[in-house]
Amino acid sequence: MDPLLELLQQDARLSAEQLGAQLNRTAEEVAVEIAAKERDGTILGYQAVLDPEKANDTGVLALIEVKVTPERGGGFDRIAERIARFDQVVSCWLMSGGHDLAVVVQGSDLRDVARFVSEKLSSLEGVLSTATHFQLKVYKQNGFLSHASSTGGRLPVSP
Amino acid sequence: MSLSDKISARVQAVPRSGIREFFELVLAAGDVISLGVGEPDFCSPWHIREAAIFSLEKGQTSYTSNLGLLELRKSIAKYVAAKFHVQYQPTTEVLVTVGVSEALDLAFRALLNPGEEVIYHEPCYVSYNPSIYMAYGTPVTVETKIEDDFALRASDVEKAITPKTKIIMLNFPTNPTGGVQPKAELEGIADLAKQHDLIVITDEIYSELLYDDREHHSIAALPGMKERTILMHGFSKAFAMTGFRLGYACSPPELTEAMMKVHQYSMLCAPITAQIAAVEALENGAGPVEKMRKAYWHRRNLVVSELNAAGLSCFQPGGAFYAFPEIRSTGLSSREFAQRLLEEEKVAVVPGTAFGTAGEGFVRCCYATDDQNLATALGRIKAFAARHRVS
Ligand SMILES: Cc1ncc(COP(=O)(O)O)c(C=O)c1O
Repeated sequence: MDPLLELLQQDARLSAEQLGAQLNRTAEEVAVEIAAKERDGTILGYQAVLDPEKANDTGVLALIEVKVTPERGGGFDRIAERIARFDQVVSCWLMSGGHDLAVVVQGSDLRDVARFVSEKLSSLEGVLSTATHFQLKVYKQNGFLSHASSTGGRLPVSP
Repeated sequence: MSLSDKISARVQAVPRSGIREFFELVLAAGDVISLGVGEPDFCSPWHIREAAIFSLEKGQTSYTSNLGLLELRKSIAKYVAAKFHVQYQPTTEVLVTVGVSEALDLAFRALLNPGEEVIYHEPCYVSYNPSIYMAYGTPVTVETKIEDDFALRASDVEKAITPKTKIIMLNFPTNPTGGVQPKAELEGIADLAKQHDLIVITDEIYSELLYDDREHHSIAALPGMKERTILMHGFSKAFAMTGFRLGYACSPPELTEAMMKVHQYSMLCAPITAQIAAVEALENGAGPVEKMRKAYWHRRNLVVSELNAAGLSCFQPGGAFYAFPEIRSTGLSSREFAQRLLEEEKVAVVPGTAFGTAGEGFVRCCYATDDQNLATALGRIKAFAARHRVS
């Protein structure tokens, strides 16, 4: 992957100056490239990665396995895009294996998610079945450990 | 009775390490940001730690063969062949040691008769000089210079050769300069070794940490050199395994056997837990190593440009994780610079003179520390340099 994108993926808050210094490029070059990548949709957005427990996030998250009938001509794309557009859907992936789509859904509580699944998802034309799994605890999120212990203990000066 | 009189004259004659002395100052200064370390800020990759834990769960807690686990020696031979392009026999030409540190001590003790000379380049890692001396050898210094980006000139080595010279000791990429050796100069040194029938000891512990698409060249891979070279490498730096204390020496069977003799009576074998972890590192560690290398590379770019912007002229080091800026623009000596930076800005760097007199006028800044610490430290160094600017 592009080294600039790699760095941004590790820490999207780095400034163009900081990124430029690390990549031996000017801040202007970096800023222009980032703007271009935002425009062409390579960069979809920027988010903070939170520990839901510490952030007092009382919402629930569910992973829903969905089986669908592919459409003649459109394959899975039309139905998948239709599902993805719901605000409740955080991620939506086409999967290999026993089901077709994996849909990550966010809701305020169990009932909220259940309502979305029964009223919106299951009732969509082409959806054959759903299996809903609720998230219980987060150990690692987007590459960040939730309870990382510090690795410290280095001597301040060594040869 | 004075106990200090009981200490052998040779050990008494070894001065206290400049690093230790500075270490105590840093401890006394309290809450400092340290660019003074000589080890990675990363913890050993989890797959390596996990392999070590699993070996303990299985109860693998015994001694190993004096040479080290055969499985590890095979992995080492495979890794060295792929990376350095030299073939070693795992059964007779690979010795697993407690770090490159032990390998150095073994090699000097196995090879040196009293008074025989070892040529090495300064500024350099702190243990070469005392290790040679404590093995009854005579250390002979050749300076590497900023004008050469701290590469070693074969012509300078040639001038230092005498009838008593037995060994040429190399370390590229170099601690503390980050310098790398161009292939042509390496060939020049190889020619000298062959011409004068010398042994070469090469400490290539930083060889994975190279930047800007550089390739590593080992002197052991040059024609006719495997026969007279002890190639040393270890897991401390690239694999971030300093505390595992594991390294190795690859050399022809006669030399391996001689070092093994010293090793078996002084160390017996390297710790088995570390050896098992090292197999995992060699077999599955390429990904994490590359990830860390990239992080160091980005930091190097940042550090070097910031130091230069601060008026501390700094060449672009090709490897390792050290920047070695010149601090003469402040009018301070290396020691004064480090001491006052510590007092005034609470940032620790190591005076260049800790790595030999050739380090005067420089300090070593290790950039193996997290980005935030690095940014804060660089800001403080900038302020310090601006305040102390004389030229
Ligand atoms: C050049 C060099 N050689 C050897 C060592 C020691 O390595 P080990 O941890 O393998 O004993 C170091 C550690 O700082 C070093 O910088």
